[in-house]
Amino acid sequence: MSVAIIGVGLHPFGRFEGVSALEMGAIASRRALADAGLRWDQVQLGVGGSLGVSLPDSHGDTMADSLVGPLGLTGVPFINVANGCATAGTAISVAASAIEAGQADVVLAVGFDKHPRGHFNADPAVHGLQPWYGELGMFVTTQFFAMKINRYMHDHGISHDTLAKVAAKAFRNGTRNPNAWRRKPMSEDEILSARMLNYPLTQYMFCSPGEGAGAVVLCRAEKVRELTDRTPIHLKGNTLRTRRFGTFEVFSPSLAPTWTDAPTVDASRACYEQAGIGPSDVDVAQIQDSESGAEIIHMAENGFCEHGEQEDLIQQGATDIGGSLPLNTDGGLLANGEPIAASGMRQVHEVVVQLRGEAGERQVPNEPRVGYTQVYGAPGVAAVSILTR
Amino acid sequence: MTHHRYIDDGIMRGSPDDLRLVGGECTACDLVSFPRADGCSRCGSQDVVERELARRGTVWTWTTQGFLPKRPYTGQETTEDFTPWTIAYVELADGVRVESRVLVDQPESLHMGQEVELVSAPHRVEDDGTQVLMFAFRPTTEVAA
Repeated sequence: MSVAIIGVGLHPFGRFEGVSALEMGAIASRRALADAGLRWDQVQLGVGGSLGVSLPDSHGDTMADSLVGPLGLTGVPFINVANGCATAGTAISVAASAIEAGQADVVLAVGFDKHPRGHFNADPAVHGLQPWYGELGMFVTTQFFAMKINRYMHDHGISHDTLAKVAAKAFRNGTRNPNAWRRKPMSEDEILSARMLNYPLTQYMFCSPGEGAGAVVLCRAEKVRELTDRTPIHLKGNTLRTRRFGTFEVFSPSLAPTWTDAPTVDASRACYEQAGIGPSDVDVAQIQDSESGAEIIHMAENGFCEHGEQEDLIQQGATDIGGSLPLNTDGGLLANGEPIAASGMRQVHEVVVQLRGEAGERQVPNEPRVGYTQVYGAPGVAAVSILTR
Repeated sequence: MTHHRYIDDGIMRGSPDDLRLVGGECTACDLVSFPRADGCSRCGSQDVVERELARRGTVWTWTTQGFLPKRPYTGQETTEDFTPWTIAYVELADGVRVESRVLVDQPESLHMGQEVELVSAPHRVEDDGTQVLMFAFRPTTEVAA
């Protein structure tokens, strides 16, 4: 790919009473443009996501293209993207494809959301499900995560203590991130003894739906020098996959008696191939940690280890900042919460900041050169990006 | 005598003490699924016919529900009287794993591989007194000969 990222911007993640999702999106966009040293009227295409549109009671019920109002009516083409938990990854994919196709040299990709408190909720019919599934209390995403990691722990020897270590690491990293929602450290004992929401996952092993926004300015690689002084971060690979038959996905009244590789595995392999880079080359990664178990499963699904090796790696601190595989260095979803369409933008933001060497007290040592991002979720979609300095 | 009805007659059949779950079977690739869908998720065939599913199976994985779910859940607990319940994917002899409530005394007492059988169970009572029944599984008990 000949696409570079020249600007990133975030609206902090958390709860912001009185600030609309749209305002957060505008703030993140302006910050990304300022970071790149560009004006909005230099942007030739906008791609944006806000998933609140499809979630009842989500206050982010704004189409992303409404952003052209507060940013300025320049006539720029703007595409709305909604693709479940892969919305941000999809927005970046559309942006990069447009550059590759010669449609634009400078593209803004943005994601923002503002979800209500409590677990995610939706109309089962939107997912092609019959009403009884919701009426019986099975349309609850947290049950899925818990059943998946419970079986995974059984099959691959992952301990409860390791689940707690993942969350403790996230909150520890969050204390070093001024944009994070959860910035207080928490001990493994506190995490393990907290209220059991869905066995084996306690309250602090889950991320919370939240609010926030992120934006990225992408540019044709050959045009970087004439547009900005910023060090370009190159987008070497960007892939998107949906589930194949036999995977274990959320909102499934029944499953086939198999465990096919998840869409993350397919997206990850394709992305390594596209980038010409292998998992052992990755210096820093942001992967989907909707709960502690997801980070553990995704370590193997993204090729960083074999199934079961996570137990020793995490116990030995390999995934800490300063470890051999620093994961979710900004605190991930566990410390930042999940405004769905913003979440993947936050991952790219963190990787860009790390590769530039501008991550301050959470900077990964030894000048990381290769970064990796992965989002995954309902209804069985995954998006992966590989970035290099 | 209280009136009762199933939460959905399309998926539950037979009398409450001899309940059957109705799923689908693809006539092209033999995939068994639940509930019956218009197309086969494995081969794409539209020839999916009804099939009554096996009444016994084993727990493949499970979890607890430790908080009151939001709507569209229609159970009648309140945040004050809610007590955790258990949910599982039960692998049936047909070769399909069905997501279901499992009735146990202690919510964290299930184990993988445990044998369970299909039962009907109360879900909610409607305004006119009609008892709405759901499907569930419960651990099998050895019956003395």
